[in-house]
Amino acid sequence: MTLEASASLLEIRGLSKSFPGVKALEGVDFTVRRGEVHALMGENGAGKSTLIKVLTGVYPRDGGTFRLDGVAIAPRSTKDAESVGISTVYQEVNLIPHLSVAENICLGRQPMRWGMIDWRAMARRAEAALARVDLKLDVHQPLASHSIAIQQLTALARALDVEAKLLILDEPTSSLDAKEVEELFQVLRKLRAQGMGIVIVTHFLDQVYAIADRITVLRDGRLVGEYETAKLPRVELVSRMVGRELTKMKAVERGTEAARHAPAPEVLLELRQFGRPGSIAPLDLTVGQGEVVGLAGLLGSGRTETARIIFGIDRARSGEMWLGGKKTAFRSPRHAIQEGLAFTPENRKVEGVIPHLSVRENIILALQARAGLLRPISRKRQGEIADEFIKLLGISTPGPEQAVMNLSGGNQQKVLLARWLAMQPRLLILDEPTRGIDVGAKAEIEKLVQSLREKGMAILFISSELEEVVRGCQRVVVLRDRAKVGELAGDAISEEAILHTIAGSSHAR
Amino acid sequence: MRADRFQKQPARWWSSLIWPLTGLALLLLFNLFFTKGFFHLEIRDGHLYGSLVDIINRGAPVMILALGMTLVIATGGVDLSVGAVMAIAGTVAAELINNPKVPFPAVILAALAVAVAAGCWNGLLVTLFRVQPLVATLVLMVGGRGVAQLITNGQQIYFEDPRLVFVGNGHLLGLPFPALLSLGMLLLTAVLTRKTAIGLFIESVGDNQTASAFAGVNARTVKFLVYTFSGLCAGLAGLIDTSNIKSVDANKIGLSLELDAILAVVVGGTALTGGRFYLVGAIVGALFIRTLTTTMYALNVKSDVAPVPKALAIIAVCLLQSPAFRRRVAGWWAARKS
Ligand SMILES: Nc1ncnc2c1ncn2[C@@H]1O[C@H](COP(=O)(O)OP(=O)(O)OP(=O)(O)O)[C@@H](O)[C@H]1O
Ligand SMILES: [Mg+2]
Repeated sequence: MTLEASASLLEIRGLSKSFPGVKALEGVDFTVRRGEVHALMGENGAGKSTLIKVLTGVYPRDGGTFRLDGVAIAPRSTKDAESVGISTVYQEVNLIPHLSVAENICLGRQPMRWGMIDWRAMARRAEAALARVDLKLDVHQPLASHSIAIQQLTALARALDVEAKLLILDEPTSSLDAKEVEELFQVLRKLRAQGMGIVIVTHFLDQVYAIADRITVLRDGRLVGEYETAKLPRVELVSRMVGRELTKMKAVERGTEAARHAPAPEVLLELRQFGRPGSIAPLDLTVGQGEVVGLAGLLGSGRTETARIIFGIDRARSGEMWLGGKKTAFRSPRHAIQEGLAFTPENRKVEGVIPHLSVRENIILALQARAGLLRPISRKRQGEIADEFIKLLGISTPGPEQAVMNLSGGNQQKVLLARWLAMQPRLLILDEPTRGIDVGAKAEIEKLVQSLREKGMAILFISSELEEVVRGCQRVVVLRDRAKVGELAGDAISEEAILHTIAGSSHAR
Repeated sequence: MRADRFQKQPARWWSSLIWPLTGLALLLLFNLFFTKGFFHLEIRDGHLYGSLVDIINRGAPVMILALGMTLVIATGGVDLSVGAVMAIAGTVAAELINNPKVPFPAVILAALAVAVAAGCWNGLLVTLFRVQPLVATLVLMVGGRGVAQLITNGQQIYFEDPRLVFVGNGHLLGLPFPALLSLGMLLLTAVLTRKTAIGLFIESVGDNQTASAFAGVNARTVKFLVYTFSGLCAGLAGLIDTSNIKSVDANKIGLSLELDAILAVVVGGTALTGGRFYLVGAIVGALFIRTLTTTMYALNVKSDVAPVPKALAIIAVCLLQSPAFRRRVAGWWAARKS
């Protein structure tokens, strides 16, 4: 055995995997060393999650070998993989919503006492595991009662609770904000120092350069190359991933710049002391036609809650909502949709995709729901709409009839965007619309949002990515602790200013 | 994007039918060897007769029930009341047919209307009062036969009206009328679900109710409609069954048929958790179950032990349908070979 080989913890050689109609992976090599953080990069649908799932026994492989510590392995289930020392957080958090946080963390390896589950020990263990990701929770609460970010952290805590040689994280940070990401990275650095091998998948380049020692790039199911992070400039990385020129973000910035100085638009949505105890304190908010208004704030600051009461998912208990000069209050999403609203929810698995239905059906669902039972959209028209959006958003799928659950995470997100864009709404509420979407597509979507604004659509834009908010919004409403704490407009909008507003009010308290 | 990475998958509408049809074919094959005269067909008085015809004929009630049940199950619910609703519809028809003042179409309409009302009741409990479907329909399953008893005063009713007798025993174009009715209902259901948007809504609500609501689908309307439709199917099945034996006993009509219907749906490939539904699959499932029953008769299996082989056969088909099970068997097979 050569020196090189013994330094490596995991060696994948010639891995191939096909699904009906898709060659997901073809002859991919992948090597992870001990004590390194290795970023696995690639566009949506490149095959990253598939590689991880095949390695950990979720799917059987078609060809190729795995070696861990020089020993050939062939896990046939996640549990198998854990027992040989591979601990994984999958892209779609696959915990059990109705079980408590503690049960989710300890599931499958519950502490036992006299042949029965030792609930106290379990709670203690869960708390300890959560402490590692710096999270304090009532571990007896059902997981579903927590936000998607907390769920993601719980999944992380669970993975860290396993004695592992190799830790795999598939987009662990997609719904975390900067502070939590930094905390996670602290933990990862510690584990790296202890000699653990860590694989991380993310679409945030900053994070890659902050933590990864080496990078492997996949494109269209094939290996592009393996690089030292330090020796691979950003632009190089992007062009390796995308294989083509990227849309210039500058164009978006310039467009926003111009819009910020345009005369005040006609107000479409106006909230007056609109609120709901327990979710968001009464707030004022306006969104004009042809205006993108950002909602910024930390996790749990009430961004999603604000969107929910506007869209009629939760009922507001105070204040008024005016839409196009008419006082309204929506009893249900259906009602809001009839009035020309659209909302892409942040939790795509629970609130977004209809997993077994096709891409086509998922895209036209809201459109058909608005048209009603008796006015079916013809199959031909459905196909045209689906094809149009598959092309517009670059959804990578064998065709419109593929079940949405078989698409990669980022491509599922694009399908959801398509569902709402197809509605041509008056007011579009985007809650983390680019969650899990690759750099190339992200740029396209920002450009698309811009062109919708130019056509006069009103857009409420929720994102944890401040950069995105600053680049695309004409006004930014800042939330903290479920209350509005400030509003920035025009040239006053910058990442620092937003952070300052968030922090400022915390000093005031 | 590389061009050869994706291949267009030809849409194969029959792919969902493979396993139910395999099950049915195996069962028929068994009968080919072990049951004498099973495939014998003859034309008597211009009508087709034989075991196979009998299966389709006698299987009609379950086929029709299974259509309604498929839609209910696709929304993630279940309708346990269909057997009892059959009894109600049957007694209403039998009671009215013996009253010379009521014209025949009114008899049929009244029986069906009562069944539809029962379906509406289930639908209301499930949608408006948010009762679990299992519990909501259990109410009628238990109480429905009592209602039927009330109508008949606890008596068995006989009738001879040829028009009502025709429903369950007649022939049209040489084919048994109940079989034609099932075919008609299959076509009607397929058109209703696929030519309007309700099929899409049923599947989306059953697959992910929260996401459907967020997309503006009105789950209440959808659910209310499927329970109502299931009531209609039960009414029709009840008419056929009653007509078949020219009498009605409120305690016997449609007894346990709800279970046969549920099994037919599952054998047909629709998951009990809801989502995608398969109407033709459910019909094949109902035929499978009827064939099983007929096979038991033919082999003189005692009726008290008959459920055991029946259960085994149904489990076998359900296992065949499970991709996880097939993978496991394939893996085991490959391991044995090497
Ligand atoms: N279960 C499946 N059935 C069919 N096709 C699948 C399945 N899982 C993945 N694919 C396909 O394999 C390809 C690779 O998907 P994968 O999920 O690995 O992408 P990814 O790199 O993780 O993308 P993302 O960044 O969007 O998460 C995609 O084209 C996807 O459609
Ligand atoms: Mg992925």
